[in-house]
Amino acid sequence: MRTGSWNDRNAYWLFPSAAVFVILLLMVFPLGYTIYNSFTDWSLTSGYGASWVGFRNYIEIFTNDERFWGSVWRTFYFTALAMVVEVVLGVLIAVLFDAKDFRGKRVVRSIFLMAMMATPVAVAMVWMLIFEPTAGILNYIIRATGFQSILDTVGIGKILWITDGVTVIPSLVLVDIWEWTPLISLIVIAGLSTLSREPYESAMVDGASSFQIFFRITLPMIAPTIGVAALLRLVDCLKTFDIIYTMTMGGPGYSSETLNIYTYQTSFQYFNFGYASALLVVFFALVLGVSLIVTYLRRGLED
Amino acid sequence: MKKFLAPVLAFCLLAGMASAGQSIRFVASVSPVADAIRALLPDFEKETGITVEMEQLGNEQLSQKLTVEFASGGSGIDVFMIRPLDEARMLKRNGWAVDLSKWLKDDADYDFADYSEGSIQCTSVDGFQTSIPLINECQVIYYRKDVFEKAGVQPPKTFEELEKVAAAVTDKSNERYGFVSRGARNALITQFSSYLYGFGGDFSKDGQALMDTPEAHAAIDYYGRMLRLYGPEGVHNMSWPQAAAIFQQGKGAMYIDASSQYPSMLDPTKSSVADVTGVAMFPAGPTAHAVYDITAWAIGIYSNSQNQDAAWQFVRYMTDKDRTLILQGEYANQCARMSIYNSPEGIKKLPADWVKAVSETGPIGVGHDRPQLTAVAQARDILSEPVTLSIDGKDFKGAAARANQRFQELLDREK
Repeated sequence: MRTGSWNDRNAYWLFPSAAVFVILLLMVFPLGYTIYNSFTDWSLTSGYGASWVGFRNYIEIFTNDERFWGSVWRTFYFTALAMVVEVVLGVLIAVLFDAKDFRGKRVVRSIFLMAMMATPVAVAMVWMLIFEPTAGILNYIIRATGFQSILDTVGIGKILWITDGVTVIPSLVLVDIWEWTPLISLIVIAGLSTLSREPYESAMVDGASSFQIFFRITLPMIAPTIGVAALLRLVDCLKTFDIIYTMTMGGPGYSSETLNIYTYQTSFQYFNFGYASALLVVFFALVLGVSLIVTYLRRGLED
Repeated sequence: MKKFLAPVLAFCLLAGMASAGQSIRFVASVSPVADAIRALLPDFEKETGITVEMEQLGNEQLSQKLTVEFASGGSGIDVFMIRPLDEARMLKRNGWAVDLSKWLKDDADYDFADYSEGSIQCTSVDGFQTSIPLINECQVIYYRKDVFEKAGVQPPKTFEELEKVAAAVTDKSNERYGFVSRGARNALITQFSSYLYGFGGDFSKDGQALMDTPEAHAAIDYYGRMLRLYGPEGVHNMSWPQAAAIFQQGKGAMYIDASSQYPSMLDPTKSSVADVTGVAMFPAGPTAHAVYDITAWAIGIYSNSQNQDAAWQFVRYMTDKDRTLILQGEYANQCARMSIYNSPEGIKKLPADWVKAVSETGPIGVGHDRPQLTAVAQARDILSEPVTLSIDGKDFKGAAARANQRFQELLDREK
């Protein structure tokens, strides 16, 4: 009797407690433990246990680690380049699919979405073959279409794709675009299908051109949807790991080493878990900060 | 009835023994020598009743797996393969390996003294025998006999000749590269080392980093220039599998890498130019003729293994004279037991020019091909940076000074 009434009285926190417990276990504990480790010099191979070093790792990161700053810059370079192209391309493709009705549209749409379903490592392997400077199909096409002679005359020469420090990030971005633009399209297509037809009808009655309809009606109405899609991609872009690791391991030199790759190297190649934890905390703060800014801007956009 | 019963009983007993027999877990690399050991497993299992569970992993993954499993303390690994120059110090420092000396001392049959001095140096740390050498390797030149003949050149004997020959056999418009070697960060360090020694340098000496010296600068400049002028496109992402593939496809005139790779270089099913591939000794530098000659793979026992005696039985079996004769004689691995080279059985599958190059390298061999410290991977990354810049033809002096300083910090940390 007593327990029953106790349960009744406390049901409002008894029921979610299981979920709270799981979240604590799976999210708060790893994060807290990483933060704790970031204040130690824990190295798996040193033969000594971890000892508390205060802010030493953070001081090292911000004052004496050019590899860190290089990787921060590359993380944002990669993300910005990928985001801009993916969002523009993704929205355009979505609008195209939404506007035009043609035979086999559903089939084409399914094929279009398939890139997204493929395993990133497999995608990376295929693209490595495509990018291969001597035997790859991309340079073959450039040669076969006569484009190579234009490149030669302007002094660019052969494009080396992922094996050249300058072109490696744009090349990796190309793979990311190929794989993830469909995600943006998918979300935007869903958003477009929910729009009401009335504004379009009145615009047409008023004699608006199709450009005006797109920029004045469609785009503002799906802006929140694009925002959601962009935010999802943004966080994923910042964290991109699989294609970079498979294709270049951060090379040539450090030319494609993003923050995620650097952290991986520090923890699983050098086994400096203390320092890697500090890097992860900084990385976490960066991703969180960027997401908050974007969310804030989006809210402004909606209001 | 009795007559019938005896064999049945004997069979049951044997079967019972086998099933009650021990089982050990062996974590190995993906390499020709590991493949050969796998082929010998059934013999071992039949002779001893010990079953072996064998896993094979790529170099980096293997190193990671061993470190993480051993550090966690609860590993079920009994026997492992390591690259002693990468992991021996770490294993000793953390107490993860069994000191094999206790079994080697009184085992006259096994004759551990038969192993080459360099290979014992590679696998022992301050008298602690971390592992038994499986295969050795030194740096050699693989070259195209037909291309050399056409160009009228001989395998180079000095760095100066190497550059001339490379220039003579390079024909980039026809995708023929005179100098194929590793250009990928980290991976390149080992192949770069012999150039460093040839110019009179080394990575460090007595805990003092030496990568910002005139000798090191000369070596960085030379190696970078060779790859830039005579190397294949995309060399920045080439570790040995990618570089070897260029040569195997007939696009390289010289490929300079480890002698242990020759099975895949001279195997017609793997290389389209196997029949015209020759092997020559690594050339002499302006200051010294010194070439790395090291133990690439060794086999050891985990200190927390519950089956150490069975594990030793396995290690001993795979590395005794009879098996080494098979590993080298039949499977053509470059083993570290010296007696094998005196037996016609031991060198019957090895090409004569390869045996000549390898045995001539022995006396001038240097026992390391990478920085000697626990944090090898990190040091290799750090020291790769000036070399990478040099490959691009950029100024590397500032990077060399920075790399030297960081390398010194690592060395100091381990004092």
